[in-house]
Amino acid sequence: MSRYIMVIDTKRCVGCMDCVVACKTENHVPEGFTRDWITETVHGRFPTTNLEIRTERCNHCANPPCVHCCPTGASHVHARGGVVLVTPEKCIGCKACLAACPYDARFVHPKGYADKCTFCIHRVENGLDPACVSVCPTRCMHFGDADDPQSGVSRLLAARPHHPLLPEAGTQPRIYYLT
Amino acid sequence: MNALSRRRFLKISAATVVAAGMAGRSSRALAASATPSGGTAGVRTIPTFCDICFWKCGAIASVRDGQLWKIEGNPLDPLCQGRLCPRGTGGIGAHSDPDRLRAPLIRTHERGEEKWQEVTWDEALDYIAVRMKQIAAAHGPEAMALFSHGIGGTFLKHTLKAYGTPNMAAPSFAQCRGPRDVGFRLTFGDDVGSPERTDIANTDCLVLIGSHLGENMHNTQVQEFATAVGRGASIIVVDPRFSVAASKAKFYLPIKPGTDLALLLAWMHVIVTEKLYDADYVAKHGFGFEQFAASLTSYTPEWAFPETGIDPDTIRATAREMARHHPATLVHPGRHVNWNGDDAQRSRAIALLNALLGSWGRKGGFYQPSSMDVPAYPYPPYPKSGRSKLDNPDHKHPFAHEALTTGIRDATITGKPYPIKGWMVYATNLLHALPNEAETIRAIQQLDLLVVVDVIPSETAGWADVVLPESTYLERFDDLNPEYFRQPFLGLRQPVVDSPHDQKPNWWIAKKLAEKLGLGAYYPWQDIEEYLAHRVTAAGLSYPELKQKGIILGQRQPLYFDEGAPAEFDTPSGQIEFYSLQLEKAGFDPVPRYTPPAAGPAGSFRLLFGRAPMHSFSRTQSNRLLSGLMSENTVWLNHTAATRLGLKTDDYVRLRNQDGVLSNRIKVKATERIRPDCVYMVHGFGHTSRGLRHAYGKGASDAQLVTRYQTDPLMGGTGMNVNFVTLEPEV
Repeated sequence: MSRYIMVIDTKRCVGCMDCVVACKTENHVPEGFTRDWITETVHGRFPTTNLEIRTERCNHCANPPCVHCCPTGASHVHARGGVVLVTPEKCIGCKACLAACPYDARFVHPKGYADKCTFCIHRVENGLDPACVSVCPTRCMHFGDADDPQSGVSRLLAARPHHPLLPEAGTQPRIYYLT
Repeated sequence: MNALSRRRFLKISAATVVAAGMAGRSSRALAASATPSGGTAGVRTIPTFCDICFWKCGAIASVRDGQLWKIEGNPLDPLCQGRLCPRGTGGIGAHSDPDRLRAPLIRTHERGEEKWQEVTWDEALDYIAVRMKQIAAAHGPEAMALFSHGIGGTFLKHTLKAYGTPNMAAPSFAQCRGPRDVGFRLTFGDDVGSPERTDIANTDCLVLIGSHLGENMHNTQVQEFATAVGRGASIIVVDPRFSVAASKAKFYLPIKPGTDLALLLAWMHVIVTEKLYDADYVAKHGFGFEQFAASLTSYTPEWAFPETGIDPDTIRATAREMARHHPATLVHPGRHVNWNGDDAQRSRAIALLNALLGSWGRKGGFYQPSSMDVPAYPYPPYPKSGRSKLDNPDHKHPFAHEALTTGIRDATITGKPYPIKGWMVYATNLLHALPNEAETIRAIQQLDLLVVVDVIPSETAGWADVVLPESTYLERFDDLNPEYFRQPFLGLRQPVVDSPHDQKPNWWIAKKLAEKLGLGAYYPWQDIEEYLAHRVTAAGLSYPELKQKGIILGQRQPLYFDEGAPAEFDTPSGQIEFYSLQLEKAGFDPVPRYTPPAAGPAGSFRLLFGRAPMHSFSRTQSNRLLSGLMSENTVWLNHTAATRLGLKTDDYVRLRNQDGVLSNRIKVKATERIRPDCVYMVHGFGHTSRGLRHAYGKGASDAQLVTRYQTDPLMGGTGMNVNFVTLEPEV
């Protein structure tokens, strides 16, 4: 078995959005839509300010509400790595998954189906990193198998403090932010 | 980007449909010369180098089923290490930009009305050649000037030199990095260079003064910055704005704008009086240290406190932090440093601080770059110009070692020391790059000929008599790039796809123009590849190999003094000049001296501007991929000041400067990330060119508001952070 996760080092990330544009070209994401995005969180009062920059996308949850609510089975968990995917041909564009996703990671493609991050499974199956990970100029993004204790992502999680997004939603997200 | 904007932040416009159709017709792939790697069937990969900024990162473009698909970093490239920045990744949007120039244009109405007639290349080049001959006959060839930015201008420079003019300049000196190169030359006898010779990857303590790496996206610099952060290097950031870099810093110093020199002097005071400097290094390489040290006596941290707003304890703590890590402490010289008009002296203070820490020539400081020896093409000698360059008459700015754009502009307005009657402008938008656009327009109105060669219809193109549409970098060959870097290498730019319309590459334009001017002998080669292959072969390298790989690596040379890099200083004393006799002789301060910045009108904010990682200057706002990441700029305003003014985030305002100039409307970003006495905006927005349909009117232009500038007496740079604005709500 494998369980794909992403580990993102917020200390290195500068929020340049290379991940966003790389996803768009790699996956032909139509103009006006995006599968990943940058969030900036500011705390404190100037000049004792704190800033956390995060690159965000579908969390490929282990307990995915988008899959549970899908009436047609279009949203599903892929056999490889537990990646959450959408089969466009099965999708009726009902938007139940858009409403169910606590991360707001989905949108309706102009062709009528729900679309989102695929962890670039077409690349991963060819031994490549997802496009966002492979382009990142700060090397803040890591992709790999959490079930392999020797993988880079497993070792990072063992070594550094980290947090997922909205763990309280109970979806068991699989993107972790190193802080 | 919030959730709402993510789902539908732009409606798909009719223009996009046109663009897609156009790309479908035009993106026929050129013969692939690289081996496909890791791709799927039907994908061909072609190595080239990027041109969305001037960094020239090696890239590999992928063409799938004849369509330009994506572009990624070339793993062989020492600059990008296989990873482009967002501009590079989004660079393919330049090819499919529906707003790009399509055919040569000749003006039919008044200048600035942006009304032209489409003509053939023959007609356009004939028109230019006739007028250039008239200018040469009436005023001499020196009356033509060239403004050029980036490697693409090489061939136009060649044609203009063959024509007989010495007058060519780029805004990269007097509007950007000039002061720092002058300050470092005066001290170490050498420039910082581009790419900068900063050893960020190996530094233990990085000091950034106004330099916002991460937002300023020079790829190698940002990659090495992330490496330094990842290694746990101590980061000290000095900036009126809490930049992204500040968020990574151990020490953030929220300095009062315009007072950086006071901080630098106080730091040096601490390091000298506490004897924290590298005494062996200073004794071995330094000249005039005793006089320098004596001049620092009064610059105590207590003196600097009211000037800078940085408390004495922090000044002492950061000075000691730098000293603790020396010589692997790098006080970064910055890049866009034309701020206040005393910029060469401030840059010299940065050089002197590095000298105290012994970082020049040391690992983690400044390394010694080298390049491969690629001989120039053996052209006939250029004609001797009867008159010398006119941008800096009587060497008024004695330490300007490159030409001054604003000097050429002044001469064009006054006709002195001799008239300038023609401008050729290549890939630089002077109306956004130079301060005081009214002066630029006044100069343009003195011209008999203004030619703009560009990919997009810039504001400057709007004033041109002739506009020549250039192929994007994805569609053309350019000159070779024998880069001067820590790892010497040679890079090749080659076309990936055809130009979609009647655009032509720069080399073709320059060659045809030379032929029409009767200067065909200066282009003995028929085709650019003949030129490229000649140079590569003369360097003892294989042109087919370069075409296939995109990059050929050279022999690495010693980087640091202790590796055998020569500890030589091309200064009058042959040493690092703590005290500068040449400055003293020319009537300037031999050691930098602080002058407080002038305050603005009551209730106004100092206008600061900078970069965003997904845009280059004013050249990328119509690129749909990049504008999709940031489609307009905002004016950053401290929360407290915003509350006082009754403004909140996303309110539209206009900025009015001290001379009454009113900006385009711009959104407020009320934030805890900036001091309350200044505002900040990203440069390059607020386009007024009607041809830039997608970018037109989005955000505001800082350039429009920079009506005042303070000229650096040493080198003629234009300090532009001397303008003040008030905010007027847009109802």
